[in-house]
Amino acid sequence: MPAIKTEHLSYVYSPGTPFEKTAVDDVNVEIESGEFVGVIGHTGSGKSTLIQHFNGLLEPTAGKVYIDGEDLWADKSRLRDFRFKVGLVFQYPEYQLFEDTVYKDISFGPRNMGMSEEEIHKSVMDAAAFVGLKEKHMEKSPFELSGGQKRRVAIAGVIAMNPKVLILDEPTAGLDPKGRDRILGQIREYHQQVGNTVLLVSHSMEDIARYSKKVLVMNQSRLFMYADVAEVFEHADQIAAMGLSVPQITRIFHRLSAEGYPVRRNIYDMQRAKDEILRLLSERGKA
Amino acid sequence: MLRDITIGQYFPGKSVIHRLDSRVKIILVVAYIVMLFLATNPSGLAVGILFLVLTYGISGIPYKMILKSLKPVVPIILFTGVLNMFFMDGEIIFQWGFIKIAKEGVLLAITMTIRIICLIAGTSLLTYTTSPIALTDAIERLLSPLKRLKVPVHELAMMMTIALRFIPTLIEETDKIMAAQKARGADLESGNLMQRAKALIPILIPLFVSAFRRADELALAMECRCYHGGEGRTRMKQLHLRYYDFVASGFVLACILAVVAINLLVPPLF
Repeated sequence: MPAIKTEHLSYVYSPGTPFEKTAVDDVNVEIESGEFVGVIGHTGSGKSTLIQHFNGLLEPTAGKVYIDGEDLWADKSRLRDFRFKVGLVFQYPEYQLFEDTVYKDISFGPRNMGMSEEEIHKSVMDAAAFVGLKEKHMEKSPFELSGGQKRRVAIAGVIAMNPKVLILDEPTAGLDPKGRDRILGQIREYHQQVGNTVLLVSHSMEDIARYSKKVLVMNQSRLFMYADVAEVFEHADQIAAMGLSVPQITRIFHRLSAEGYPVRRNIYDMQRAKDEILRLLSERGKA
Repeated sequence: MLRDITIGQYFPGKSVIHRLDSRVKIILVVAYIVMLFLATNPSGLAVGILFLVLTYGISGIPYKMILKSLKPVVPIILFTGVLNMFFMDGEIIFQWGFIKIAKEGVLLAITMTIRIICLIAGTSLLTYTTSPIALTDAIERLLSPLKRLKVPVHELAMMMTIALRFIPTLIEETDKIMAAQKARGADLESGNLMQRAKALIPILIPLFVSAFRRADELALAMECRCYHGGEGRTRMKQLHLRYYDFVASGFVLACILAVVAINLLVPPLF
């Protein structure tokens, strides 16, 4: 059973006014449980609007959203359960911190779920461990921490709810390369250990290629494609035309293919590039 | 949901009324209000109503917007109307115990109600057709004589401009924070008054923190660009009087004269 499924999902902002805008247009997608999915699209392509449907923050203008096979909007009183099931980390999540200690802030979600004190303590400490927060940070005020630490506190605040699906909207925006690799590495580790579904929204094809198995590409409010990373990179030209940056390696191989070399076009990392060039050279040697 | 709140009710358009100099518009609205209070009989008020019909027509603002602008002041209109009805002596047309209503009272109530409605609709036309920034600009220019009395006119106008500039930003920010806390299971819709007030803490604290941060950043950015108050400051958008500003002023003047003439020719109602 897919963890998330949408049927003809559409969403229109400010319908009936001069500012009317279709942000999501007839999206049909099925995301299997346990998948690590990269969500990519240009600014304004509708990806942020799309993910806000997955935990019921936005109600579809048309179409349906199913979480674990259940219609999200069938019973509005159960919406909160779905919000705990699908954890959503917004862009710049550090701006949502409000408690006087890190511990209390991370425990906000679990407390809303009505967990017992012991359960709360356990999920808070587990979540803090996942994002590399130490014991000494827990009693500090979140406002004393550095930018990267604040962000990790905010991410821990969602992980602590033990969601079955974790969605992160550009969790690395505004971080330096070191902080970016650290957070993405921790998310990958979390995915591998817990085995739940993770959706990672990003601008960077390179990050997505490195961390996710499947990619969901949004373009101009529509679903452009949902497929394996390699398959998506076959269409690197179209993706570049959407204004997204394609990894340099992929660009080189597309160029080679255009020049008439018989290379595969779905190359997106060093290892594959090396194998492909060696294959090509050895075939030439034989000929 | 928060997005739907319109603050400043500017209704973009290209009509002559939109293009009028905002200073002139403010003065003309004041003149229009004076005219409404000069009018002491139904024909005079009719001029006021016709004026509205005409100007809304020219501006392209839908007439139903008048109703929208009246909605918040309905209690005030009813209150003044009813009060005026009871406290006027004259030909009694209704009596019940100590409550008596005179014919003059009813007439006064009707004229007062029409006056207030016209007043609100007229001032709303100003805010419908003038962007908030143009309004603060005009207020600064109109109040500039007060600078001699050491009133910080420029600073007041700058504060208004900045406040207006940041309203949409703060609304957007509030929306985002609300969504983020809802995603963490914050319950904003149910519970009693105390619980609801408490549920606002996770929204208000981040909002204040970010408002202060923004204020700091803005102050720094303004200082970096050598902002030092209004002295010697020139403006990118100069306000110029054009021929239609004079036409509009002439028209309002004519309306006022018409009302005065009607007052002289037709005996007042009471």
